[in-house]
Amino acid sequence: MGLAKRIIPCLDVDGGRVVKGVNFIDIRDAGDPVSVARRYNEEGADEITFLDITASSDNRDTIFPVVEQVASEVFIPLTVGGGVREVADVRRLLNAGADKVSINTAAVSNPDVVREASDKVGSQCIVVAIDAKTVSAGGDPLRWEIFTHGGRKSTGLDAVEWAKRMAEYGAGEILLTSMDRDGTKIGFNLPLTRAISDAVDIPVIASGGVGNLQHLADGVIEGGADAVLAASIFHFGEYSIGEAKQHMASQGIEVRLNRP
Amino acid sequence: MQRIAVIDYGMGNLRSVSKAVEFVAPGDEVLVTSDATLINEADRVICPGQGAASDCMQALYEHGLIEVTKAVANTRPFFGICMGLQVLLTRSDENGGVDCLGVFSGSVQRFATPLLEKSQARLKVPHMGWSEVTRYEAAQSAHPMWDGIDDGERFYFAHSYYCVPTDPMHVAATTQYGQSIAVALAKDSVFACQFHPEKSANAGLQLLTNFVRWNGTA
Repeated sequence: MGLAKRIIPCLDVDGGRVVKGVNFIDIRDAGDPVSVARRYNEEGADEITFLDITASSDNRDTIFPVVEQVASEVFIPLTVGGGVREVADVRRLLNAGADKVSINTAAVSNPDVVREASDKVGSQCIVVAIDAKTVSAGGDPLRWEIFTHGGRKSTGLDAVEWAKRMAEYGAGEILLTSMDRDGTKIGFNLPLTRAISDAVDIPVIASGGVGNLQHLADGVIEGGADAVLAASIFHFGEYSIGEAKQHMASQGIEVRLNRP
Repeated sequence: MQRIAVIDYGMGNLRSVSKAVEFVAPGDEVLVTSDATLINEADRVICPGQGAASDCMQALYEHGLIEVTKAVANTRPFFGICMGLQVLLTRSDENGGVDCLGVFSGSVQRFATPLLEKSQARLKVPHMGWSEVTRYEAAQSAHPMWDGIDDGERFYFAHSYYCVPTDPMHVAATTQYGQSIAVALAKDSVFACQFHPEKSANAGLQLLTNFVRWNGTA
């Protein structure tokens, strides 16, 4: 037995509050990132990802006290992304208690920020988030391109080539979101996940489209993902992290199970 | 009340380590410091850190912490974590090679890429996530640092370089990643691990609890 495949719940944080409705009946304040992170830790989450979606620049700093509080009470890895533009942003988040920082749009507009950040803080702290969309026509060989701005803006960059380049620049991990699948609950884009995972030596986290537990297992078995990320299926209490792990284990996937 | 020093040589995020120690030792004083005198006065010392070995050695040198780190490792309970383990070896291959503190004889090497399992399946580098940690040397298997921790418990790893100690008697635990690799070393008052106890949920907190109680003998 070796390395477990990871399950990562992802929380959207706006102005220091969890949004997109987390719904646990036993959590008094479902908007409190610390309460939610604590709950996921107790359920056996292998890691937690916070995506800071705060739009107003006046409120950009609200993420730091959140990261500080979570890191003081929840002792599993914490990845923070959203609005990371330069190495100084990476440093501030790490100093607040993040273990890894996810870089998305900034990597596209200025790839050197990935190289610079990984040189300064180490590859193991740098996650490059890739939002990819299918661009090939039906019947043609599959092709995916990088999109920014929530999937609205095409960059013309080939997703597989881009992932390889980010790995060369020192990314320690790829967070791969299928913009075709995000929010659909019909499962990960498995050919995309497999193509990226096969193309790079660094771990790949699959994201976008999870609607049930078999989707998580498929991401690992068919997509070749090293970790699977999901939001809504966990937030609304449809499934617990523990149930997800039991299901993956039943499919022969190595997972970290909570010991009694 | 005891004083626990966390050596701050400017490499990486020490908040996680200090917060986890404060969590398990609420009655103790946890001091994150680069002051050699304070480190030397502490009852026990933790050396964390992340980044590249050459940068870490350079930072220890610039902060005037080389000698005090070696000295406290020999004289009181000392816990090296991640890079704080790697700098204890004789040398590291990182960044073209750098001499390290030599508390343990051996070297630090990079995982091969592509890294293959025995089954020829490809493994990713960095080694990132939760791996089973298995006791190795019989003499170390009853080490007080393992109290209350199951053999084979999973801990969180994030590294591209690994330790190759020359003396198997120093190997307290291994994990399987392409091959069996040493992930915890122990000798006298020193215990050091490649994984991150401060990020390893209950098992990690137990290891830190054991450290703050450990009298420094195996």
